[in-house]
Amino acid sequence: MKLAVDVRRHAYDDLLVLSDVSFTVADGEVVCIVGPSGCGKSTLLGIVGGLVRPTDGTVATEGALRPGTLNPVTFVFQDFALLPWRSVRDNVGFPLEHHRLSSADREARVSDALARTGLADFAGALPKQLSGGMRQRVGIARALAVEPALLLLDEPLSALDAQTRELLMDDFGRLWMGAGITALYVTHNLDEALRLADRIVVLSRRPGRIKDIVSVGIDRPDRTAVAAAPRLAVLRERLWSLIRDEAASADREMARA
Amino acid sequence: MPEGQALQPERRPVAFRGGGFLPRTSRAVGAIGFAVVLLAWQGALAAGWISPVFLPSPVEVALALRDLAASGELWRHLSISLYRIVLGWSFGTAAGLGVGSAMALFSLARSLGMPMISALFPIPKIALLPLLILWLGIGETSKVATIGLGVFFPTAIATYSGIDNVSRTLIRMAQSFGIPFGAIVCKVALPGALPSILSGMRISASIALLLVVSAEMIGAESGIGAFVLSAGNLMQTDQLVAGVAVLSVLGLLVGAALSAAEKALLSWR
Ligand SMILES: Nc1ncnc2c1ncn2[C@@H]1O[C@H](COP(=O)(O)OP(=O)(O)OP(=O)(O)O)[C@@H](O)[C@H]1O
Ligand SMILES: [Mg+2]
Repeated sequence: MKLAVDVRRHAYDDLLVLSDVSFTVADGEVVCIVGPSGCGKSTLLGIVGGLVRPTDGTVATEGALRPGTLNPVTFVFQDFALLPWRSVRDNVGFPLEHHRLSSADREARVSDALARTGLADFAGALPKQLSGGMRQRVGIARALAVEPALLLLDEPLSALDAQTRELLMDDFGRLWMGAGITALYVTHNLDEALRLADRIVVLSRRPGRIKDIVSVGIDRPDRTAVAAAPRLAVLRERLWSLIRDEAASADREMARA
Repeated sequence: MPEGQALQPERRPVAFRGGGFLPRTSRAVGAIGFAVVLLAWQGALAAGWISPVFLPSPVEVALALRDLAASGELWRHLSISLYRIVLGWSFGTAAGLGVGSAMALFSLARSLGMPMISALFPIPKIALLPLLILWLGIGETSKVATIGLGVFFPTAIATYSGIDNVSRTLIRMAQSFGIPFGAIVCKVALPGALPSILSGMRISASIALLLVVSAEMIGAESGIGAFVLSAGNLMQTDQLVAGVAVLSVLGLLVGAALSAAEKALLSWR
């Protein structure tokens, strides 16, 4: 699914948060959004997903959906957003409950999503019994169960430790990249962006404007190879130089506020 | 410099200082304490330190309780009190759940409800009984209505604040999957508010008990409250204390039932 974002302006009361943010995402492309704290990344994702009404702007998607797609635009949340009173299985099945599906189809979707995320043995567990990494796997399984065309991920790994993050990034590659799912992925972590993105949108400090859009231009599977390290280092340096000043002044602003 | 030697000149063991702040409960100690109080009570009467006119001995209370149970008198009063509690509590809880949910979900209900509840909640509901008797008569309706009113307010407040405090991301998550409004209320908001609703029920149950006794003391021939009052008027202190003991047991049972409900319904926490 293709995506065209054109947010001319977004403000919360008097606080201007986004200004002239427009870009497009190609079918199957993964675009990461990086930028300093409070620059409006979550707001932008909310606008794209229809959870926040932009002050002035439009978001449009384009492209035929696969027949199994129940929820074309689907979120994965930073704090997982699991229903704590439901088991893993019932959390994954939650978004299916208001769709007319045969119970066999429903169960097949749930168990398929659980199997793909390595959760089959934990189907009966409650969220509180799982580690953070496992909880986010449930969040991902829930998103996969509705066969999304566009995934919106808001810092999906930032609540996790570094090792779990590595593992889940591998899973992302396996689960939805190359499977034709388009993704918009917000992160603070430049290495995460360089590992996953086709292109990286760099936002300025609030009000967020597009500072630059950086293409990574290395095949995703090759990026963990040693040979790619120098080119990634150059990209990382470039991204950091774009962000550093913005982040520093955003930080000072926060301290003053 | 080898590390071991650096410590040599003055070797001090690190003293433990993490003690305390870990109280435990022992059922045996609790039971012994209870027995000591009963024995002292019985002993004080036997020694003549307390006049039996003012306080019956525990044995006399137990005998009175046995006679009351045997004659069916106890059940006659208890059942009518329970009937009033169950009816009043059910009406009050249903109304409180409805109004509290509406206030948590809709701007109009919130704008109307908040100031009204703030104004009416502090009124001791028993003060309204005379008015309710005037409107509804001396019969059951006025008592049930008093209990219902007393239960309504804490339930509405607990429901309102419970739903209001349900994590915003859970609501957004449900919306992001296109779940319809009604289903979000039933599957996300209300279950999320359940801990608050159940602790509200703890409060409302004790209010119901308090109000049924007060209402029965003001205008009733039957019910535990009326029984305790008339026993007092007749100086039948053994009957009086027996009635009070029944109320205590009733309160304990309600509390235990709520604890069991919490354990069963909130095991996910
Ligand atoms: N619902 C809201 N009402 C008012 N102000 C808001 C609201 N949501 C966000 N803001 C403000 O808008 C600005 C952008 O918030 P947003 O959450 O989009 O930033 P972010 O880039 O995701 O930040 P972070 O990196 O910390 O996640 C912040 O200053 C925030 O305080
Ligand atoms: Mg954010």
